[in-house]
Amino acid sequence: MDLRLLDEAPTIAERDAVDSFLGEPESGWDGGTRQDSHLRYARGGHAARDRRDLLLPALHAVNDRVGWISRGALNHICRRLTIPPAEAYAVASFYAMFALHERPRRVVHLCTDIACAAAGAGRLRDRLNERLGAAGSSDAGTTWHESPCLGLCERAPAALALQADAPARYAVAAPATPRALDALTESPADDDTTSGSTNGHGPRNGLTFHDRPLPGASAEPDPATAIPDAGSPDHVLLRRIGRIDPLSLDDYRAAGGYAALREALRLGPAGVIREVTDSGLVGRGGAAFPTGRKWNATAQQPVTPHYLVCNADESEPGTFKDRVLMEGDPFAVVEAMTIAGYAIGARTGYLYIRGEYPRALTHLENALVQARERGLLGPDVMGAGFAFDIEIRRGAGAYICGEETAIFGSIEGLRGEPRSKPPFPVEKGLFGRPTAVNNVETLVNVLPVLLMGGPAYAAQGTEGSTGTKLFCLSGGVRRPGLYEMPFGATLGDLVEAAGGMPEGRSIRAVLLGGAAGTFVRGDELDIPLTFEGARASGTSLGSGVVLVLDDTADLIATLVRVAAFFRDESCGQCVPCRVGTVRQEEALVRLRSGASPERELPLLREVGQAMRDASICGLGQTAWNAVESAVDRLGLFTDSTTTAPDARATTEEAR
Amino acid sequence: MTEPVLLPTPRRLIDATIDGRNVRVPEGTTVLEACSEQGTEIPTLCYGDTLTPRNACRVCVVEVEGARTLAPACSRRLEPGMSVATDSERVRHGRKLVLELLGSSVDLSTTPGVAAWMERYGAEPERFGPRAAPAAMGVRDARRAGEHHPGDGTTAETVEQPPKVDNELYVRDYSKCITCYKCVDACGDQWQNTFAIGVAGRGFDARISTEHDVALPDSACVYCGNCVEVCPTGALSFTTEFEMRRAGTWKEEEQTQTTTVCTYCGVGCNVTLHVQENEIVKVTSPHDNPVTHGNLCIKGRFGFQHVQRRGND
Repeated sequence: MDLRLLDEAPTIAERDAVDSFLGEPESGWDGGTRQDSHLRYARGGHAARDRRDLLLPALHAVNDRVGWISRGALNHICRRLTIPPAEAYAVASFYAMFALHERPRRVVHLCTDIACAAAGAGRLRDRLNERLGAAGSSDAGTTWHESPCLGLCERAPAALALQADAPARYAVAAPATPRALDALTESPADDDTTSGSTNGHGPRNGLTFHDRPLPGASAEPDPATAIPDAGSPDHVLLRRIGRIDPLSLDDYRAAGGYAALREALRLGPAGVIREVTDSGLVGRGGAAFPTGRKWNATAQQPVTPHYLVCNADESEPGTFKDRVLMEGDPFAVVEAMTIAGYAIGARTGYLYIRGEYPRALTHLENALVQARERGLLGPDVMGAGFAFDIEIRRGAGAYICGEETAIFGSIEGLRGEPRSKPPFPVEKGLFGRPTAVNNVETLVNVLPVLLMGGPAYAAQGTEGSTGTKLFCLSGGVRRPGLYEMPFGATLGDLVEAAGGMPEGRSIRAVLLGGAAGTFVRGDELDIPLTFEGARASGTSLGSGVVLVLDDTADLIATLVRVAAFFRDESCGQCVPCRVGTVRQEEALVRLRSGASPERELPLLREVGQAMRDASICGLGQTAWNAVESAVDRLGLFTDSTTTAPDARATTEEAR
Repeated sequence: MTEPVLLPTPRRLIDATIDGRNVRVPEGTTVLEACSEQGTEIPTLCYGDTLTPRNACRVCVVEVEGARTLAPACSRRLEPGMSVATDSERVRHGRKLVLELLGSSVDLSTTPGVAAWMERYGAEPERFGPRAAPAAMGVRDARRAGEHHPGDGTTAETVEQPPKVDNELYVRDYSKCITCYKCVDACGDQWQNTFAIGVAGRGFDARISTEHDVALPDSACVYCGNCVEVCPTGALSFTTEFEMRRAGTWKEEEQTQTTTVCTYCGVGCNVTLHVQENEIVKVTSPHDNPVTHGNLCIKGRFGFQHVQRRGND
């Protein structure tokens, strides 16, 4: 391809960041020093262009090293991968975690999403405003942004600091006390200059991040602290978390690891699919599609190669189950992916993890390295003549990339825009090939399915919802965290397991399923937490979010935040979602400042209906769910008690 | 020696229902194609007769019986037994809202056909409130993905900003841009393979942009004008048209269109000269030309000045 590039050169650090990821250029054609001999041949066509899927990791390489992506750096990436600069710019500007203007090396992402807002993120925002200037300002040595949910809801409020370096470093403050937050923003002298043992050349040991947190910040608590009843004998999916070292393959194997893969290899691909189908397992990412059917449909496609994608882009506000699984039991994810790849006939699996999960990324990277060393991944898995390996792809701050077709675009080095269905992924998915996309929790469920057998697994839970489910409890309950329960428990049982409400507090509303889910009232705790039970009650389990808002919560502010979230996260492809989410937010802001519900609610309903009916993907189709349920179920704006003047006054204060 | 004539593989005929009427079409026919065959008009904006459908604007949505959501007629293929409604209550509501959302955020004053559709579906874009002030030049292009400054809801946010005039041949007035992706596809791998523009940013701040928003002369643009050819709203227009519209001298009803053959090289592309008061004011190309499909190069598209140089000027 005849590229026209800007006349801008990368800095040495930028060039090194890209080249140490991609390898040294071969010739003047792909960014190396041009020599006469290079003019005797031309390098172009597919050979030059078929590495487009390395665009996202290459952008990360620069952003991780320098903190932002300059024109020279983007030029160099384009030259290396033969990508037109306008397209690379289109991709880079799609992601919230990439900067295309110079900024300080350290960026603090302060979560201001629903759970953190209810836990006082507003005060922290004021504190950052005061200390670092307005969001995005570069005056101090650190910059900051408000962030959508960081998936640390059990320890709300939360903040994540990322610092460009070789290798990049991070630290987490959760709960973010003022002091913990200050530790993220201050830049004390580096306590550890000797660590970069490779002089900044490439990821050491296959790890992206430095093994120690940013100097001054405290270490993150053990992943098991997210599970209040860790170690409970009733746990199936969480049984190993807290009992084993998540970085040790030996620990994993000693705790029953890789027995399921052995069983899978004994059963053969068709046998695995039969067990998974018999188990009644359905997807845990939100859509509840039968996993066995998806695998079978993919396996039967004559077109090859087949791909597996593990969707670990867990970004639904209030969800943190996949983070805990990946941090606490990363080998289980790797083993489950291997089994899935075996079943559907894939040689490559992509694990797409959101950019806000540095620790989970580190644990998975370590798991891949160890699994490869022991022959549990690679050309001959377990000596069974089956080749399978996993590539990790890191997102960069885009909720939409968790959509099952947008994730393909993101992996392929395009913008993370959803595709029209049909064709469905099982037919034309990643790189246009048959692909099975599964959520982390779904995949991890495959291990007990194989160990206990499909029918035995199906005996757990209810007829329509088999097995156990992870629920992400956050908000006003006494013990927020991750709970594993067999299907069949009610919402009330779950709240009770989480210690109920603190003295003197009552439940105003529960958000089920995250921002794309629905609110239910505090007196609807008898809703059974099964797929069919939730559906019968006019709600959905979604990704397992149970966010409890107590009687002090500001519901209108919560709705405005939900609306802002969808506006920020819309990919912008289709009109109903791109403009509808803006109009929805505007109407809610007007309602917050006292506009007449008689005028605004019909408008909101019309916009909401159009988003639900006419949007391309689930984001737009569900962007009105929470608002609708707040009006229809909670009586917000229509019930006189909620729009009383004093309620409005608190709303104003909360701003 | 005679060349073999290559025929496409015969396609199976399928039966489906559109608005209660039975249709029999070859397999693979889209709802839009079937509708235009039987004379049912479906509004379209992002659909291009020479481009692969992007399904972005959603103004062509139809109701497929049994489907949870509405489907874009431009790309949904008819299946045996499918029952499609093109004018149901849901369809009318979806189209009305799409037109209202677009009308309230984009300047549709030069979009052909949109006024009639607005009337047909009862769209009132004004009901979202007065329009917010246009952004200053460069502000929209500098916005970071995933954040925005919420207004107070008293005005309706728009995409309006000053037109980009950075070359002598065509103007990019993105206040009129509905982000239909057609210019990007025409510039990219569907026709021109120049890749000078892409869709940058995200959500409401998504915009058509060169790399880093550099001016066109610094970009890869080759001024073929094939983006102008496919633009459905007039966001991209010849500088002549842009200036005449600004001066109030653009009179489309007085213009004649003459299709002729480009004189520059031996390819023989068809050019359609739009002439007003004996001056060529813009050049298009017939989309049904089997060789060029409406595409031209800089010479055929913009190199017409010598034709109208008279006397000593």
